[in-house]
Amino acid sequence: MATGNGNRKSPSNAVKIILVIVAVVFLISWISKATTGMADSTWLNIRDGFLITFAAFLTLSIFSFLYNDNPFYKFAEHLYVGVSAAYWMCLGFWSIIVGNFVPHASKTLSTFFKVPFQEYSWFYYVAFAFGVILLMRLLPKAGWIARWPLAVIIGTTAGFNLSRYLHSDFMSQVGNTFQPLFVDWQGAGHFFSNLSLAADGQLVMSAGNWIVVVGVLCGLVYFFFSKEHKGMFGAASRLGIWILMITFGASFGYTVMGRISLLVGRITFLFDDWLSIL
Amino acid sequence: MRKLALICVVMVLAFLPPPLLGEVDSALLQDSVTVDLPEPPAPPGNVTATDNPNDNGRAIRVTWELSADDTTGMKNVIGYRINRAEARDAADSLWTEASDILPSGTTEFIHSGDGEEDGPDYFAKNYDFYYRVHALTADTFSVSAVVGPVQAKDNWYNTGVTFVLLFVALFIILTVTFVRIARKGKELYIRPLAGIEAVDEAIGRATEMGKPTLYILGLGSAADIATIASFAILSRVAKKVAEYQTPLLVPCYEPFVMTVAQDTVRAAYMDAGRPDDYDEDSVYFVTSSQFAYVAGVMGTMIREKPATNFYLGMFHAESLLLAETGAMIGSIQIAGTDQIAQLPFFVVACDYTLIGEELYAASVYLSREPVLLGTIKAQDWAKAVVVGTILAGLLARLLVDLDFIKTVFEVSV
Repeated sequence: MATGNGNRKSPSNAVKIILVIVAVVFLISWISKATTGMADSTWLNIRDGFLITFAAFLTLSIFSFLYNDNPFYKFAEHLYVGVSAAYWMCLGFWSIIVGNFVPHASKTLSTFFKVPFQEYSWFYYVAFAFGVILLMRLLPKAGWIARWPLAVIIGTTAGFNLSRYLHSDFMSQVGNTFQPLFVDWQGAGHFFSNLSLAADGQLVMSAGNWIVVVGVLCGLVYFFFSKEHKGMFGAASRLGIWILMITFGASFGYTVMGRISLLVGRITFLFDDWLSIL
Repeated sequence: MRKLALICVVMVLAFLPPPLLGEVDSALLQDSVTVDLPEPPAPPGNVTATDNPNDNGRAIRVTWELSADDTTGMKNVIGYRINRAEARDAADSLWTEASDILPSGTTEFIHSGDGEEDGPDYFAKNYDFYYRVHALTADTFSVSAVVGPVQAKDNWYNTGVTFVLLFVALFIILTVTFVRIARKGKELYIRPLAGIEAVDEAIGRATEMGKPTLYILGLGSAADIATIASFAILSRVAKKVAEYQTPLLVPCYEPFVMTVAQDTVRAAYMDAGRPDDYDEDSVYFVTSSQFAYVAGVMGTMIREKPATNFYLGMFHAESLLLAETGAMIGSIQIAGTDQIAQLPFFVVACDYTLIGEELYAASVYLSREPVLLGTIKAQDWAKAVVVGTILAGLLARLLVDLDFIKTVFEVSV
């Protein structure tokens, strides 16, 4: 990673004191959790106490970013990045190479990795060859050949996605816009005599459908790039961006509520699992 | 003595528990009592079994008409079950259950499986199968006539996506037409986009401040449409950065994306005539774990303090975390994504946001190449077709609903 500044200074006395205090709090917490643990053996209590204390330490270290960059955040960040990168590499090896390739490539390797051999398949050898060619980029003179499998992978997936998105997103959305603009219409007399603001009432449902139709059409007009947005076209475009912004506002509030639930989860961990005061 | 033995037997029988006594009774009375079996319901009629269309040849579609006793009468049918066999006259033990109990009122079932020969859901293609349908009551059932043979066949053409094919064909025709027009030199208008026009200004600011430019491609794979669009923009940004001799940082989430981004940036530096300035380490892999990636990029931001941040590609929950950190350190921020749920966060935290298709169009704005301008024009015509289709569909819906027209007429009279 291209991080870090060049001028490394030795930590000040204040920083050293803070580090010592944190270390002491960590040890006290660990001893406390280990002695009050409910596990069957002492060793398990010591281990669980360490894990809970360490998890709380990492949580608080990440939260400390809200103040500023600091050694605790740097430690948690580098640990998190390093562990996750290694984890994904191991996961990729065991799930893709051992889990998928080996059972279709070699009986000897299947026996070695203790996975059931399935059947030989040339398809997996092609994929393996692609992987090897991709690694050719590490050789300065043969690096160009690594672009071929990349081109095949990107081109194939993009073409596949084109059809999929056109069918699932595009066509379905156009079809869903064919809404009845006058829901359950039985004449103006019936409409006005049964006027109601109920969510399932004729007025609200019809108004909702109008908003969907007008919103879709004006939103589409906003995304016309090769025509000047003036006059009626400009008015429709402005209405389109207004509708988009109102939608974004609603989505923002909805998602923020989800994020708050994540925060509540971490606070519950700190106060319940760690401090046991809830 | 015999009387005593008889009395003992009677006493034993008198004190036997009821279930045991019941078994004894039924055994004793087996030949002398006639049990009234419940009358079966009317069987399902007109059963058909056909190859399920538009699939890979691993499914059969079974249809039937409801039993006359479906949810009615004393012989109330509560459900249906589909059986399958490999011969018309197979013994009952050779018929396998192709479905669970389907609720009453059901008239169709698609029996499907997969191609894994050793798996529990294996479904052989091009093989003769026979089907029959059971109508089930609470305590008995009836069986339909056996239908078949029927074979599951794979289909080369999916008729369900004919409209997609037609639309793609139309789009290709429009694209070729407008590209030809653009190549002939006709000037094609495209309206200005604030986010795109700010790109040069933002890189210029980074140059003046002597700080790096940070470019984030998002969490998408190299084949995602938003990432592909972002590569095109990265190419233009990298070229500009190379011309201005400003440092560029591209932390990547995905190894494939990193590989393509490295090639893209290297090519841009060569285009700018500064291949020696290209630093291989400027485009680097962080991790493929979402929030670890966020933690790493946030650390980079707070330490390197880039003057300009680009967030262009596919983003998920990390969008606000990154954009907030960028705003905190005072960077100019230009974002763009096609993820609707993340756009609000970019709108509130960034200086400029490219919404959805604006991201796809951005590379055209930056390059102004005739070929790409032609595709923008073709896209607009395709959108016009969509608007026309929606209006026609709405009108058709109104016209089909004759009652509505009739009532409007009556009211106006």
